[in-house]
Amino acid sequence: MTAFLQSGIFLLFALMSLFMIATATQAGFAVHGVIILIASLLAFVTTLGRLKPATNGGWILQDHSNGGYDDAVIKAGLIATVFWGVVGMLVGVVIAAQLSFPVLNLGSEYTSFGRLRPLHTSGVIFAFGGNALIMTSFWVVQRTCRTRLFAPDLAWFVFWGYQLFIVLAATGYVMGITQSREYAEPEWYVDLWLTVVWVAYLAVFVGTIAKRREPHIYVANWFYLAFIITIAMLHIVNNLAVPAGFGPKSYSLFSGVQDALTQWWYGHNAVGFFLTAGFLGMMYYFVPKQANRPVYSYRLSIVHFWSLIFLYIWAGPHHLHYTALPDWAQTLGMVFSIMLWMPSWGGMINGLMTLEGAWDKIRTDPIIRMYVASLAFYGMSTFEGPLMSIRSVNGLSHYTDWTIGHVHSGALGWVGMVSFASIYFLAPRLFGASRVYSLRMINWHFWLAMAGITLYTASMWVAGIMQGLMWREFNAEGYLVYAFAEVVAAMHPYYLIRLLGGVLYLLGAVMMAYNVWMTARGRIRNEAPLDAGQPYNPDQDRPHQDKPLAPVSAGAQPAAAE
Amino acid sequence: MDYNDLRHFADSWGLLFMTLVFIGVMAWAFRPAARKHHEDARMIPFREDEADQ
Repeated sequence: MTAFLQSGIFLLFALMSLFMIATATQAGFAVHGVIILIASLLAFVTTLGRLKPATNGGWILQDHSNGGYDDAVIKAGLIATVFWGVVGMLVGVVIAAQLSFPVLNLGSEYTSFGRLRPLHTSGVIFAFGGNALIMTSFWVVQRTCRTRLFAPDLAWFVFWGYQLFIVLAATGYVMGITQSREYAEPEWYVDLWLTVVWVAYLAVFVGTIAKRREPHIYVANWFYLAFIITIAMLHIVNNLAVPAGFGPKSYSLFSGVQDALTQWWYGHNAVGFFLTAGFLGMMYYFVPKQANRPVYSYRLSIVHFWSLIFLYIWAGPHHLHYTALPDWAQTLGMVFSIMLWMPSWGGMINGLMTLEGAWDKIRTDPIIRMYVASLAFYGMSTFEGPLMSIRSVNGLSHYTDWTIGHVHSGALGWVGMVSFASIYFLAPRLFGASRVYSLRMINWHFWLAMAGITLYTASMWVAGIMQGLMWREFNAEGYLVYAFAEVVAAMHPYYLIRLLGGVLYLLGAVMMAYNVWMTARGRIRNEAPLDAGQPYNPDQDRPHQDKPLAPVSAGAQPAAAE
Repeated sequence: MDYNDLRHFADSWGLLFMTLVFIGVMAWAFRPAARKHHEDARMIPFREDEADQ
């Protein structure tokens, strides 16, 4: 019965999309109708294809599980993560090139910077980051609860529903369908769809925790759950809007400074709960697993969690210094941002110290090296962030490229690296290989990414601080010294360096895509192992003595021990 | 009940309530009996292969 109901709902969606197409007054809305029509018909046909007679005479959906953990949906999530990662970063490189050479806007509205920029931000945050979070959360919650996913079919709905959301959002941006809210550009009907998908995600996650075989809920799940619940709350409040008829246009319920605060309450907590809490959940599971050591201090992880949760939600107003927002609210945002230094660094130390006694793995294991680099960038960007939230520092940094540099030190360094490392952790396990296709290519990916981040953040610091200083420079008569266009011209060399950094980072991601692809095909690259240094020889590990050292082996005589 | 009432409630009783809850949660994590429990909990990621799924 429920099987028929399920396919019936998809058919209903197909009918609704026909209505969208029929009544559309704008081409973009009709295109979205067609996309929804195709998606719902595919879902309808797939569901019907899985119907089989039940023993009681009714019909049920065929169950493909083999009794183990539900990893098929995670495998799909891994592929989606890699795919969207490359796409999102590629668009980033394109818009960096457009900023350096405006001719690359190509004179078309569809390829203009204004439309491609949200494509990049949503592509890397929600498509790459979101898929990484969803797939790793499904992996972590099953393993740490020692139980299969609650409602695996619903998990598949979350996966495909989320991809549909991404496609609708991305195509909408290019066609000019946007509500112009930072990191929340999709229009009301796409927002409603994401709400449905997100509630399903919450149900799968909480349902799995509820049927756990492990009495304690491991701390990684706390972070994932905080991420899911808070994003639901932020998404709903920030997108409260009244549609202007049945079409791709709506008006926010908020206006003026209330609207600005709502947007940055959402915007900063997207950073705090999507890009931080969610990926910390990833960190608290995968770093101990890859290092094969339990987390340094479980108590510190609890302190980290609650301080982060209690403090982060108040930090948003630091985006609105020197605006119409009341002073007390600006100060509140600043104070809470500075207090965030403590949990952030506590968490970074907790992650790094997990390697205590196994520091040599940084040299020998490129995946651990990625985790350590990501934690280092977590520490650096959460140090820089509170600094920039101080009102007087913000007076210099705000609206300049320093902000862009800061965001990318967090996004490329922390979020990107922790996701890449987890992809490399999961790929062989999901595709049944003994290891990743090539460890040397991970090493190359690591150094390409590090070089890229360094070029990116360093050039944006210089460009941003220079920009801020040039804007505020007065001459003796009290006139501004530089015209806006002069500041833009001065930044051109740094834009080129940033572009180069982005290209290197993208190259690393492409290399990862190839590595994962070959791993999925069951190939192992025949390569020399990474240099693990000299093998340990206890005979030579002693203070200097006058008598010659004992020979290491028959073949290798140590040279003159005198 | 207007904006000012809410704002004054937030920075007095609301703030006090949140602070007390936070201190309570921290004290709970630092209680001596929690140590054994934490030692057990940090090993959870290494127990995934243990029987019943």
